[in-house]
Amino acid sequence: MKFTLTEEQEMLRKTARDFLADKCSKKFVKQMEESEAGYSVELWREMAELGWMGLAFPGKYGGGDMSFLDLAVLLEEMGRACLPGPFFSQVVLAGLTILDIGSEDQKRQYLPELVSGEKIFTLALAGPGYHDEDVSAITVEATRQGGNYLISGTKLFVPDAHVADYLLCVARTRPKDEIAVFLADARNPGIKYAVLKTIAADKLCEVVFDRAPVPAADILGQLNKGEAAVQEAIRRAAVGKCCEMVGNIQRVLEMTVDYAKERKQFDRPIGSFQVIQHYCADMATDVDAARFSTYRAAWMLSEGLPCAKEVAVAKAWIGQASQRIFALAHQIHGAIGATIEHDLHYYTRRAKAADLAFGDAGFYQEAVAREMGL
Amino acid sequence: MDFSFTDEQNKFRREVRDFLEREIKEGYWQPACDAWVQGFDPEFTKRVAQKGWIGLTWPKEYGGQERSHLDRLILTEEMLRCGAPAALHWFGDRQVGGAILSFGSEELKKEFLPRIVKGEAYFGLGMSEPGTGSDLASLQTKAVEDGDYYVVNGQKTWTSCASFAQYFDVYVRTDPEAPRHRGISELIIDAQSPGVSRTPMIDVTGTEAWSDVFFDNVRVHKKYLVGEKNRGFYQVLHQLDYERSGMERLMGNYPLFEALVQFVKDNDLSRKPAVRSKLAQLEIEFEVGRLLIYRVALVMEEGRAPNWESAMSKAYSTEVEKHLASAAMDILGPYGQLLSGSKYVPLRGMAAHSYLGSKGYSLQAGTTEILKNILAVRRLGLPGS
Repeated sequence: MKFTLTEEQEMLRKTARDFLADKCSKKFVKQMEESEAGYSVELWREMAELGWMGLAFPGKYGGGDMSFLDLAVLLEEMGRACLPGPFFSQVVLAGLTILDIGSEDQKRQYLPELVSGEKIFTLALAGPGYHDEDVSAITVEATRQGGNYLISGTKLFVPDAHVADYLLCVARTRPKDEIAVFLADARNPGIKYAVLKTIAADKLCEVVFDRAPVPAADILGQLNKGEAAVQEAIRRAAVGKCCEMVGNIQRVLEMTVDYAKERKQFDRPIGSFQVIQHYCADMATDVDAARFSTYRAAWMLSEGLPCAKEVAVAKAWIGQASQRIFALAHQIHGAIGATIEHDLHYYTRRAKAADLAFGDAGFYQEAVAREMGL
Repeated sequence: MDFSFTDEQNKFRREVRDFLEREIKEGYWQPACDAWVQGFDPEFTKRVAQKGWIGLTWPKEYGGQERSHLDRLILTEEMLRCGAPAALHWFGDRQVGGAILSFGSEELKKEFLPRIVKGEAYFGLGMSEPGTGSDLASLQTKAVEDGDYYVVNGQKTWTSCASFAQYFDVYVRTDPEAPRHRGISELIIDAQSPGVSRTPMIDVTGTEAWSDVFFDNVRVHKKYLVGEKNRGFYQVLHQLDYERSGMERLMGNYPLFEALVQFVKDNDLSRKPAVRSKLAQLEIEFEVGRLLIYRVALVMEEGRAPNWESAMSKAYSTEVEKHLASAAMDILGPYGQLLSGSKYVPLRGMAAHSYLGSKGYSLQAGTTEILKNILAVRRLGLPGS
């Protein structure tokens, strides 16, 4: 048992932190939030050149042969910096799903251009009436017609779909009722996009499929592995979001403690008042607990160990903990924290979006109940 | 990173669990809440000693096994899971032995450590006094030098296991003129010494939980001074870090949790969303708490004394214990109030015991408020008050 990172991982962390401190200022984040695309092509290319997109993929597809745990370190730093753009969609949602269930031909075809950042990929899960994690409730239908499937229906909260080149779409096949993952060309004339206005301005999209033809050969992996594969993809995505959230809340703790040391009232720093100290202590406990439970889940995923319960514990905890952390962070920051003059809101908005993605705290609490045999 | 236990550690856990389950099956004792501090069983302590499971991390020359802090954590975690009556050796094993090892003379080590290891020396703690709680440096019990002896006068309180203790590890004022943190010393006092007396205190559950311990002109040979004279306050801070570090802060009532989950399953209550939610939440909180406590053991494994790390795990854990007690009461409804021995009592009265008993968990060994002060100042660098 060891809760610390390796030297290489610490180096990766430092490189990522320095790079993002330089390239991803809050001014840049704001610009991206206000832009239509939501990311900068230049920064995207630079991240690809650093090998970030390929980090967790095998060398034979152009990747860096590193692990999911290494990727977790990178995701934490991205959360800390509030990095906007499709990195998460590209790597965690689409890339690792292709790696997990794609045929060898599909991997050879798609992963090199994913790893190089040449093409952008994302994954469409939720739809009207069901969330990301409700796989069995999926209503988007793919009806077989000759060598194609025609996909119809609406997907919601699909990140970065408006800039994607490829869309992994989870759909229910007809007439044979099975869950399958289709790898659709995003420029398919039967697909339309609209960016939704969200609290995190994170370019979640509505994607409407209207008899969009996708060749049967573009089903990812085997048809009958669909549902389990999607569950696994959601589990990975949940852990990935936890990693981003760890970076987020760690930074918020630091910002809040710094503010409590600087801000003076009654001729004293407010951080010398016991009530503020105890708020900060509570935040630190929540952050450490989130860090350990998240990294345990990431480590287990990385090692290929069964971890449904540990993932559920991590995502449930961090969802609950972040609510408490932000309530206290805002209370300590006072009124300035409620304005856009201060950086705190970037974190507040993203943390809530992350809680809602791929199953919220309540969903995973129920998942823990099932794992307990209740 | 590695969140797994080694094969040897898993094997050790299995061995401990098998031993404890066999004990329960043989009817030696029943799993109970708070048994680590209220379960007094000399025979059990002897059997644990025979396994070599007291002083597990200590040097072999004093009877220890030189095993890791993680092994000790595994051992105590299983003891708590089973609610084993380990109180007689708990204090010596957890902190007094460690204090003697860290600060004591060779003579003290030779006198006490092998006997703790054999399950033959039971310790109580003498820290708090009627006027001295969180502000430990204000303690008044005094020890005056008289030749080769100290003469001790004063009163300690909230001493667990006092009726059974053969020795007390007592903090006394040896220099009333010095600044208050620099005039305190640590003495080991034989409970049979003339002038030592004890008055039990009954806690809100009806259990004899603590005692007042009185010292009336008690003569203590100077060789029983632990560490340096007047350095006792710094030694007690060190000791408290260990006192707070363990799994007992999280799992002291774990037998209730296991029984409650089984009760819910047996009575088909898991259909109710509110019940599922409560139990799942507890499981989440236990899982997270274990990680915070494993971190403390990993700190010790690096050869460092745990500091704010154990303040964090203890402050967190005692809240979980209260959540457990409340959830048990909610789920059991009016039956939850029934005490052990009552007609209709569910879960052997553990819910009522835990509900009442857990109120004190966030007070002993450092109140939650003191622990959060420690976190704020030592971990976060906020200005001390």
